[in-house]
Amino acid sequence: MRETLASSLRTHLGAYATIGAVVTALAGGFAYTAGWLSPGRLTPTKLVDAFAPPGGPALGHRRNHAKGICFTGVFESNGQGSVASRAAVFAPGTFPALGRFNLGTADPGAPDATVRVRGLGLQITAANGEVWRSAMIDAPVFPVSTPQAFYDLLLASRSKDPDALKTFAGAHPEFAAFGAWAKSAPYTGSYAEERYNGLNTFLLVAASGAERPARWSFVPQGPVVPISAADLAARGPDHLEKEIAERVAKAPQRWTAQLTLADPGDPTADPSKAWPETRATVAVGTLVVQRIEAEPDGPCRDINFDPTVLPDGIRVSDDPFPAARSAAYARSFDLRTAEAKHYPSR
Amino acid sequence: MTGPVQTFTRLQRALHWVMAASILAMLFIGVGMVSTVGPQYLSLFTTHKTLGIALLVLALVRLGVRARSGAPPLPADLPRPLQLAATASHYLLYALMIALPLIGWGMLSASAYPIVLFGPVRLPAILPQSDTLRTLLWHAHVYLALAFFALILLHLAAALFHGLVRRDGVLASMTLAATRRGDASGP
Ligand code: HEM
Ligand code: HEM
Ligand code: HEM
Repeated sequence: MRETLASSLRTHLGAYATIGAVVTALAGGFAYTAGWLSPGRLTPTKLVDAFAPPGGPALGHRRNHAKGICFTGVFESNGQGSVASRAAVFAPGTFPALGRFNLGTADPGAPDATVRVRGLGLQITAANGEVWRSAMIDAPVFPVSTPQAFYDLLLASRSKDPDALKTFAGAHPEFAAFGAWAKSAPYTGSYAEERYNGLNTFLLVAASGAERPARWSFVPQGPVVPISAADLAARGPDHLEKEIAERVAKAPQRWTAQLTLADPGDPTADPSKAWPETRATVAVGTLVVQRIEAEPDGPCRDINFDPTVLPDGIRVSDDPFPAARSAAYARSFDLRTAEAKHYPSR
Repeated sequence: MTGPVQTFTRLQRALHWVMAASILAMLFIGVGMVSTVGPQYLSLFTTHKTLGIALLVLALVRLGVRARSGAPPLPADLPRPLQLAATASHYLLYALMIALPLIGWGMLSASAYPIVLFGPVRLPAILPQSDTLRTLLWHAHVYLALAFFALILLHLAAALFHGLVRRDGVLASMTLAATRRGDASGP
């Protein structure tokens, strides 16, 4: 005896209703988790899209820090870092390094003098294969305290309202320190003369398991010659890449890797707050940049310098930025690698 | 073993339910992690990689167990197209529970990410770095995962249809009650 669908529906109405309810509840929970029902949620997609200039993003390029040039070299670790961290990159030794000098702009064609922030993407591979990636900038502090505020800043800087940035700065007093740096700090004529600061706080884990919050910087070992924005502009739109290629071709360039250890009570969750100058620092080694390669077909182009790629012995802290950056960089990486055919090859 | 198997073995049922819960968790973690910039992103991602690889191992074990222990026959009065649909969907479910973790692992390999699980356990790369490959695998991972979820909803609806509407013992053959197929509909 075969039931028709109609008669089955009649006799088993409750059962069908239960099935429908279970399936709907599961699908609804899934949609909610995916954020499809929450247009207000700050997603990596929204955060990354907010960098795009009015004409749309430069396809195939990083969604921020889009202009850059690759390098390879070594990290000479002196062993001093092992006191605070058991990370293999701090054991004495010389480890391969790969990185990227870059400008903090979404436009890969931006003239050098129009960009205030310079950056360094860096990857060091320890003897045991563990990888440490970091992306640092020359500013001494980050403009804002939270990822949400950074998103709001991006929106304000793209806003048609001429007062948007003023309003933003009013609502975010922490912005003042970065603003003051951006207005008054001199430029330099070389990527090699910049100090690159990690700004985010990580936890160093010692062999004993003891944890200590720390930040790091890469401090140039050569002389630094301050110049004005006008001087920089006069040297041409792509001066920095030409200059670093010539300079490194003549001689390797060096930076001291420096850990800054927090004292109890130092702000660890807020990269817009500098720590006092008196904090203990440890010089843990030297980054030696030996060779410059153009970004097209260069070894850095397809690397995501995700700051949460860390060796055992360095962990994220309560600083909310590394997680937000990891999520956003992954999105940017998804997009730009999928657009590789738009990236001009040499 | 004598006579045809009537229920899935205890091991098969245990594997089925542990994996069902974990796979659903994986799907929720997956769409949850790619839509957040909060601090939980990192723990979700680590869990996603670790649980995903554990599921790959479990799925291979499960296939072995399935080859050895077989499955109870579907009820003889189940219409032929439904029998086919049931069998085909089970093949697909097995295929997806092996393909998705492999694709995820391959995607991270082709992206030149170190593959760090809980621990810090590290896995080797299974593919060379490549934009083309990682893009292909990224799209495959996303769309196959969504298809997996849709198929699981269908599978769940079908299981409940067997249990609540047909009451033919199919649901019971996979639930923990050690009922025999055919005994389930009456007292
Ligand atoms: C929530 C805050 C932030 C967001 C959303 C963000 C976003 C991005 C994105 C989308 C990229 C391109 C990534 C890629 O495609 O590989 C990038 C690159 C970069 N970011 Fe950030 N960023 C943030 C915070 C920071 C901070 C705090 C620093 C410095 C301390 C920083 C320094 C850099 C550098 C140096 C690069 C270039 C790295 C490279 O050469 O690949 N960013 N950022
Ligand atoms: C993540 C979710 C799930 C997956 C991947 C999954 C996978 C599978 C697979 C591959 C089989 C075939 C077993 C074999 O023939 O070797 C199966 C059978 C079965 N599943 Fe699931 N399942 C899931 C969730 C569920 C749920 C939520 C239910 C019930 C509410 C369920 C009920 C059943 C039943 C009753 C069978 C036996 C079917 C038969 O005897 O032919 N499953 N499942
Ligand atoms: C049963 C196994 C798995 C399931 C069901 C699953 C499911 C998912 C889902 C639903 C997403 C979100 C897709 C989106 O909406 O964008 C996702 C993303 C992702 N999964 Fe899996 N996954 C599995 C295994 C793995 C494994 C083993 C790995 C790596 C070892 C992995 C790596 C990833 C990565 C990297 C993403 C983010 C992709 C992106 O960049 O957007 N997955 N997964």
